[in-house]
Amino acid sequence: MDESLDEINRNIINTLQYGFPICDHPFREAAASLNITESELLERIRVMRESGILTRFGPLFNAEEMGGAFSLCAMKIPSEKFDSVADKVNALPQVAHNYQRDHAMNMWFVLATESPEEKLETLKKIELQTGYRVYDMPKEKEYFVGLYLKV
Amino acid sequence: MNTADLDHQIVLATQAGLPLVPQPYQLIAEQLGVETSLIQERMRQMLEDGRIRRIAAVPNHYKLGYVANGMSVWNVPDERVDQLGEQLGTLEYVSHCYRRPRYLPEWPYNLFAMVHGTNRNEVMEKVRRIALLLDEADQGHEVLFSTKILKKTGMRFK
Repeated sequence: MDESLDEINRNIINTLQYGFPICDHPFREAAASLNITESELLERIRVMRESGILTRFGPLFNAEEMGGAFSLCAMKIPSEKFDSVADKVNALPQVAHNYQRDHAMNMWFVLATESPEEKLETLKKIELQTGYRVYDMPKEKEYFVGLYLKV
Repeated sequence: MNTADLDHQIVLATQAGLPLVPQPYQLIAEQLGVETSLIQERMRQMLEDGRIRRIAAVPNHYKLGYVANGMSVWNVPDERVDQLGEQLGTLEYVSHCYRRPRYLPEWPYNLFAMVHGTNRNEVMEKVRRIALLLDEADQGHEVLFSTKILKKTGMRFK
C-alpha cells in the first residue's frame, strides 16, 4: 500500500473510481461530496496524475463499441522459437499488447483491427509467417470490466 | 459537424484525459467550437450506449501494491456460464470477466477471470475462493501468470 496517500487522496480515489459528473462545474460538485474545495480537488488530482498514482482521469472508452474487431489470441510456441515468433507477432501494428504466460499456451496477445476482414487477414498472416496455429478467442460475452481498488 | 464527427472529435479531445480545469466540458466545447450543452449531451449519450464505460479516476494498481495478477480460466457447463460469469464479475478482485470459445481437447476453458492481488499467493488464495464458489460447476481450471510483457502499445484512437 502506498503510505504517501493521505485520507483525502484515498477518499478521492475510492469515490471517483466509480464515476465523475457531467455538468457545468463537475469538480465543484465532486469536491462538495468529498468535503474539500474545488481547487483542492483539482490540485490533488493533478499531483496524483503527475506522480502516476492515477493512470487516467477522464472518460474510459470501450473500443469495441466504437467499431472495429478485437480478439484475444493464444499461441503455443516451443521455447527455442519463442523470441523469433514474438518478434514477428509484435511487428504487426494490429497487435496491441502481447504477454508471455507460464503455460503450454505461452503467448497471449490482443488484436485490434478495424474490421472482421482485417482481423481474419491478420490471423492468417501470423500463421503463415510463424508456421504456428493461432487460437482465436474473441469474447463471446462480457460480464464485467473494471477494477475498483479500495485504498 | 454531424453527430458522428462530433463524437469522434470528443474522443480525440478527451482520450488523454479530461482537462483539469473547473469547467472541463466548457473547455472542450470551446476547442471544438460548439455549445457546452451539446458536449455534455453527446457524452451522456456515449455513456448510455456504452461507448464510454464511465468517466472516472483510474488508480495505478501497481503503485497501490496490487502487483500480481493471474488470468484464471475455468471450464464450466455452457448452460451455467452466463450466471456464473455475472457472479464472478461482482467479486472485487476480478477486473475482467468474459466468456470465450473452447478449443477441445487442448483448451476446455470457456470462462476467463483476471484476478488481482498483492502477490501470487494472494492471487492463488482468491482463485481457491472462486473454486469454492463455483463448487461442482468447476470442471477444471488453471491460472496463467504473465512472465513477460512482450508488447504494450495501448489503444489510441485516430
